Amino acid sequence: MRENQIIIAGFGGQGLLFSGKVLAYAGLHEGRHLSWLPSYGPEMRGGTANCNVILSDRDVGSPIVTHPDILMVMNTPSLDKYEDEVQPGGSIFIDSSLITRKVRRTDVTAHYIPATQIAVDLGLPTLANMVLLGALVKDTGCIEDESLKASLEQVIPARRANMLELNLKALQAGKDYDA
Amino acid sequence: MEKVLMKGNEAIAEAAIRAGCRHYFGYPITPQTEVAAYMAKRMPKIDGVFLQAESEIAAINMVYGVSATGKRVMTSSSSPGIALKTEGISYLAGADLPALIVNVQRGGPGLGGIQPSQADYFLATRGPGHGDFHVLVLAPSSVQEMADLTVRGFELAEKYRMPAMLLADGTMGQMMEPVVLPEEQKPAAKAPGWAVTGTECKRPHNIANSLYLSPAELERLNVERFERYAEVEKNEVMWEEFMMDDAEVCVVSCGITARVSRNAIIEARAMGIKAGMIRPITLWPFPKKPLLAAADKVNAFLTVELSMGQMHEDVELAIRCKKPVYMCNRVGGMIPSPDEVLNSIKKAAEEGGKAQ
Repeated sequence: MRENQIIIAGFGGQGLLFSGKVLAYAGLHEGRHLSWLPSYGPEMRGGTANCNVILSDRDVGSPIVTHPDILMVMNTPSLDKYEDEVQPGGSIFIDSSLITRKVRRTDVTAHYIPATQIAVDLGLPTLANMVLLGALVKDTGCIEDESLKASLEQVIPARRANMLELNLKALQAGKDYDA
Repeated sequence: MEKVLMKGNEAIAEAAIRAGCRHYFGYPITPQTEVAAYMAKRMPKIDGVFLQAESEIAAINMVYGVSATGKRVMTSSSSPGIALKTEGISYLAGADLPALIVNVQRGGPGLGGIQPSQADYFLATRGPGHGDFHVLVLAPSSVQEMADLTVRGFELAEKYRMPAMLLADGTMGQMMEPVVLPEEQKPAAKAPGWAVTGTECKRPHNIANSLYLSPAELERLNVERFERYAEVEKNEVMWEEFMMDDAEVCVVSCGITARVSRNAIIEARAMGIKAGMIRPITLWPFPKKPLLAAADKVNAFLTVELSMGQMHEDVELAIRCKKPVYMCNRVGGMIPSPDEVLNSIKKAAEEGGKAQ
């Protein structure tokens, strides 16, 4: 049985909930069982934010991810908070432009991607989340390339259709990055 | 059927619209504000009414007014806001008016917190307001059920002329899952016979009222209402059984904690512990019969809940204390992990087994 338990975490405003939505819609496109659960609270831009995504071949029980096999983090407090919870053999995707420390665990695979720097270089400074997500999808294969595009077409509202190409470009940059 | 991805709160709103509800009155409060936001966007486009009232109390009284005209109507709030609505809910019950009240629970008492809770169980199941009455209480455990039970809530409320409460929690409201939306129904063209719609001088007046100064008449109305409640208890109990065939430990849980329990039960089974679950879908009427029947088969029960043991009491009552009932609970917005539930299942299996 294939199942991915994913936590995406960082600061509010980095597009973390959106990244999770992209995965969730891709899962929907593939007809998989899934759940998407955001943190909610008196949070705002600059505060902490995270979301839990489960993609599975069977019914999703609890939507709360306690031990992720995939962790994507865009700030240090989130790495501190979730590093120890990752399943042995799991993967951690780190925006190394924003997080300077290394992963302490030796039983997980750490991927250091300077996502924010790559996004800035592309002239897309707000799409570091998509760069990191691109690397995540390429490495874990948790969803198909095809469904990623279908997902973006659904998630990006029609009035912002111009953002589609830019998001795809950022995702591709993440996929192309050779860590 | 096409599946769409929606937040639980949005699924409630869309399902209500599809059920022909064209009147929504509310006041924003976390974690259910998406219901109001969705209604604000959609209602004006379909000739419906979205109104953000000046308070929760105003909103529930607007619900009373529309319900008296025989139209489908709803309000939604979260725990402290529901407390404010209780006066109006009692009036609805006293006037035998149907309505759907959505409670996406958060931690309490007082202003409490904004994270998920099930601590309004007593408030919902014992009658949210003064006087002798019940409301139908439906407890969704998935986004699909958020949609389906919204429709069911309207139908049952109208069938029995009583308010229905959709009792969800913050997690159910905030999470997204694939959902097949219910089919579109047009609002009923004709008002029911009791509706206050103007007589056109062709029939006696209908009055939506809960004031009866004659004790004999008020007693009669109370007794008749409870005869109707007995029908509800006979006909409308809903529950789901999971791995109960050979279960020795019966978990009882609803909403988000039923989802967590499901994970724990699968893990327990993998360890050779025969666990199962009875998940109440209606909390009032409570699934007393299946629980009592299970009491003859299992060694122990385990309630898993986000309260200090409110449903626990109903389980003990339902099984007439025939078997020990253990509890795994977290409160204040905390949710037990599958591991915590698993440990409680182990304990219930061991100690419950010894008690035999």
